[in-house]
Amino acid sequence: MERNLTLVALFAAIIVVLGFMPSFSLVSGVPISAQSLGVMLAGTVLGSKRGAAAAALVVLVALIGLPVLAGGRGGLGVLAGPTVGFLLGWIPAAYVAGLVTERWQGGHPLVVAISGALVGGIVVLYALGTLGMMAVLQKGPFEAMLLNLPFIPGDLIKATIAGFLTREVWRARPALRAGV
Amino acid sequence: MLGLALPGPSWAHRLPAGAKLAALALVVLALLPVAHPLPLLGAAAVVAALYATLGPRALAAGARMLRPLLWFVGVILLYHLAVGEPRLGTVISLRILVLVGLANLVTLTTPLTEITSVAERLFGPLRHLGVNPRAPALAIALFLRFVPVLQGRAGALAEAWRARSPRRAGPRILVPLMLGTLDDADHVAEALRARGGVAAGANRPEKGTKWNAI
Repeated sequence: MERNLTLVALFAAIIVVLGFMPSFSLVSGVPISAQSLGVMLAGTVLGSKRGAAAAALVVLVALIGLPVLAGGRGGLGVLAGPTVGFLLGWIPAAYVAGLVTERWQGGHPLVVAISGALVGGIVVLYALGTLGMMAVLQKGPFEAMLLNLPFIPGDLIKATIAGFLTREVWRARPALRAGV
Repeated sequence: MLGLALPGPSWAHRLPAGAKLAALALVVLALLPVAHPLPLLGAAAVVAALYATLGPRALAAGARMLRPLLWFVGVILLYHLAVGEPRLGTVISLRILVLVGLANLVTLTTPLTEITSVAERLFGPLRHLGVNPRAPALAIALFLRFVPVLQGRAGALAEAWRARSPRRAGPRILVPLMLGTLDDADHVAEALRARGGVAAGANRPEKGTKWNAI
């Protein structure tokens, strides 16, 4: 109980610290923040439940009004903005990323970790992010997807990085791979 | 870490947090079906006027919090001009700006302690689901305490890297950062257990002091 709580709280802090890191820009000029990398890592390293709890903790504290999101954003205004689906989507994204790594015990660690980050951090997150945009912008799914498209290459890079980092963490702490 | 709230007092600071949040929810419900730009323009003027009654600092803070949204609004407007629906584009852009501006106003005028006490009330029913309502509060306190710690550690790791390599550190320093954090989590959990654990609530700070201490 105590260890799960501290793992969740400290990984939530990692997500926030990653958001404070200077964002880099892709060739296309789209800015990429490392914050969603933290969400992917929370899922692949901590597993489904603890990963989702870490993401939920960041979302909760952001909505309460602390500037914990990338670029020092926070507050209830985020809920009315076009990125609401992505923010709330962090929670299921981390959950699914963790679910993939938990269920797929036999696979090659790098393949498993990258798959988890891809399915959770891109498939699930973009599905919910697109739903949020459809609601806020009153657009069809196709148009909302189009607005998100420029961010996909950056997130593919992040999912790959998350996979490599997760493999290294598993190598150093094999118990985490087993979900302990 | 500091909250986003501005120092009071003002008329908006004096309103109870629950009332402000309820009013915000009502305005959101009222404005969602509006499909004409004029009422939204009026609402935008009202929101701007509300900020203005709080003085220049509130106006500046409100503008700063809206800035990340501006490129998005620009994209929306351009897109709707391109597809020949400038009116719809204006309505959507105005609605986003009004709602986000108003929500930010609540955030800017409500001290952290008041919002957390509303959150605690909302968490109360979790008790019936078998969740210890102290756990979220403790997790938030630990989380906020560790943000500066991990930030400092990330900085130290990057510096150590730079001292040894002409190249940039990049994401690889996240591995030692995560491993150190996992060890910290073990140590903090041990310390919590030694003091009676989450269930005993021995670590729960006195109400009203826990946020000031962070």
